[in-house]
Amino acid sequence: MKMKTKKKLALGLVLTMGLTMFAGCGNGGDAKTDDTAATDGAAAIKIGGTGPLTGGASIYGIAVKQGAEIAVAEVNAEGGLQFELKMEDDAHDAEKAVNAYNTLKDWGMQISLNSVTSIPASATAAENFNDRIFGLTPSGSAPDVTKDKDNVYQMCFSDPNQGTASAQYISEQKLGTKIAVIYKNDDPYSAGIYAKFMEEADALGLEVVSEGTFTTDSQNDFSVQLSDAKNAGADLLFLPIYYDAASLILTQANNMGYAPKFFGVDGMDGILALEGFDTALAEGVMLLTPFSADAEDEATKNFVAKYQEKYGEVPNQFAADAYDCIYALYQACNNAGVTADMTAEEINDLMIEQFSTMEFEGLTTGGAVATWNEAGEISKVPQGMVIQNGAYVGM
Amino acid sequence: MSLKIMNKTTRSNMITYAMVIIAFVIVQVLIGNGSISSRLQGQLVPICAYIVMAISLNLTVGVLGELSLGHAGFMSAGAFSGIVVASCLSQNTDNEPLILVISMIVGGVVAAIVGFLVGVPVLRLSGDYLAIVTLAFGEIIKGIVNNLYVGLDGSGLHVSLIKNTVEMTDGTMLINGPMGLTTIPRVASFTAGFILILVCLFVIFNLVNSKSGRAIMALRDNRIAAQSVGINVTNYKLMAFVISAAMAGMAGVLFTANFSTVVASKFDFNTSILILVFVVLGGLGNMRGSIIAATVLTVLPEVLRSFSDYRMLVYAIVLIVMMLATNNPTLKQGISMIISKLKGKNSAKGGSANV
Repeated sequence: MKMKTKKKLALGLVLTMGLTMFAGCGNGGDAKTDDTAATDGAAAIKIGGTGPLTGGASIYGIAVKQGAEIAVAEVNAEGGLQFELKMEDDAHDAEKAVNAYNTLKDWGMQISLNSVTSIPASATAAENFNDRIFGLTPSGSAPDVTKDKDNVYQMCFSDPNQGTASAQYISEQKLGTKIAVIYKNDDPYSAGIYAKFMEEADALGLEVVSEGTFTTDSQNDFSVQLSDAKNAGADLLFLPIYYDAASLILTQANNMGYAPKFFGVDGMDGILALEGFDTALAEGVMLLTPFSADAEDEATKNFVAKYQEKYGEVPNQFAADAYDCIYALYQACNNAGVTADMTAEEINDLMIEQFSTMEFEGLTTGGAVATWNEAGEISKVPQGMVIQNGAYVGM
Repeated sequence: MSLKIMNKTTRSNMITYAMVIIAFVIVQVLIGNGSISSRLQGQLVPICAYIVMAISLNLTVGVLGELSLGHAGFMSAGAFSGIVVASCLSQNTDNEPLILVISMIVGGVVAAIVGFLVGVPVLRLSGDYLAIVTLAFGEIIKGIVNNLYVGLDGSGLHVSLIKNTVEMTDGTMLINGPMGLTTIPRVASFTAGFILILVCLFVIFNLVNSKSGRAIMALRDNRIAAQSVGINVTNYKLMAFVISAAMAGMAGVLFTANFSTVVASKFDFNTSILILVFVVLGGLGNMRGSIIAATVLTVLPEVLRSFSDYRMLVYAIVLIVMMLATNNPTLKQGISMIISKLKGKNSAKGGSANV
């Protein structure tokens, strides 16, 4: 008995000591690094979002955070409506995302950027719906994110659309006769696109000769899947996966002397910026993406320049989607006359009204005007791009 | 019966019950007057689930003395089977507690059956085989559920594996492969979690204090000696292991029913290790320690959010400091001195605190 009490006491003491020691230094730096506060001290509308800022998926979360920060800084510099942005880490985990969301709620979040990745986004979207806080996800592309929720909207196109669009694109442009697919079957994003692609390929009469799968634990070696595709005589390899795995596939295919056409989706975007990857291998790779950092229009140029100046890297589509999110919210808030002293629920109703009727043009809408449907999905069309001389060129 | 007459174990157990009940009452009061942050409120059910996971794993690791590295696998088996049942029930009734209880029982039974199947061959062996097999088991469960498709429509359940060949007329997908559970009826509540903790504590304490419990602990302390006095090794090991698995299954249902979506990879090796950390930090065989460790270590990463990117770094430091400090003789001595001084004062006044 004595021993146990002592143990508990020691534990408690050390814990309080540790916490109080660290708590002091934490809060000071926090305000500067994490928040993009309003410029002139005027009341700002609080926008919160969760994303993987640490861990394996952190490239997406950090890109979204940085893209949104640039947009918020621009909006605040205009001097009208003021925004205050806070991104919390969810480490690409639904449970942590809900915790992060609740933290933002305690902070006083009025509009939510939902979550960056699909699985956390589905979990936080349900909280958005229950709490009546409007959500606009930059890149949570699974259909479950917006399904049956009237106040959650997407800025990216949803996974099934990409699968269907890819199959149609390949069929229309006659890119290949025998198709092989390698997808990640424990990733909803990849599996979702694959399922729709197969459905559409079947309808269009495309011949799929080889299907390879891999999981998070086995994404280092693709020799089996590639050999299978090669032996089946596939001349087009469809890769509905993220660029980290795709870069390995390209390298390994090159090593084994297999050179089919490669066709990717928006997850392929970012492959050219990957450190240690020979971009010559990506020559001729085709992909569907809503955003190209090499686009010639003024808005994209401005965004890319600012992003490079501030963070020293070329923005990917996640950053661009987040940038568009802030501007879409800005437009909607201005249209509806939202002010910072409104409650989250009041803003929510005004936002639903705006987003169901609003027309929006941004970096990722391909120069056209986009609208949202009843389900919260955006109407933008995936753009076909091909990599030539280390840059995207429209197909 | 006053605290003094009870024997030491009973008294210790009563303190544990009291601790859980008092914590519950305090939190309920806080919720009642709205002074609890929504962050903490959102964590209440997961904390309850993790506590049940920790005390059930403590039964295997602390009381039985076998290392299990796949406890999250049982959580997963219970969660996915239980939630499918809950989804079916929720179409017929709105009685949330009833749905939760039935799905928890189903989840517990499924996890127990799985635990039995894993345990029968492995627990006959001596050595660290259980650790290896449960490690693989956790991965297998993850792999299966990642490729499992279950749909529900008017004519019943439809199941397919690997390829989604489920054909339904106007139905919903319950388990959708890598997307996991997407239409979870959110029936979990803090009260349910509290009751589950009490039930599990009751079962474990009574088991440990029974003839079977003493046999299990004898096996842990000296297997050969225990065998020589006629204790059936496999039976008693299996008993503890299956009970532990069943509780993990129920905790899985509770945990999952708190979220709108849960994927199979949530219950991976990392989760198993996390729960093992709760147990080791709380003390092997020490249920109260497991409860405190599970609560503190679940809340801690969220409290540390103000460190932004350095959060997990600080978490690790705190963890190491805690482990070192709880085993530091100098610190222990210092604290025991303080305690004995306090006690000296107490006994001078009342003369009854002879703990």
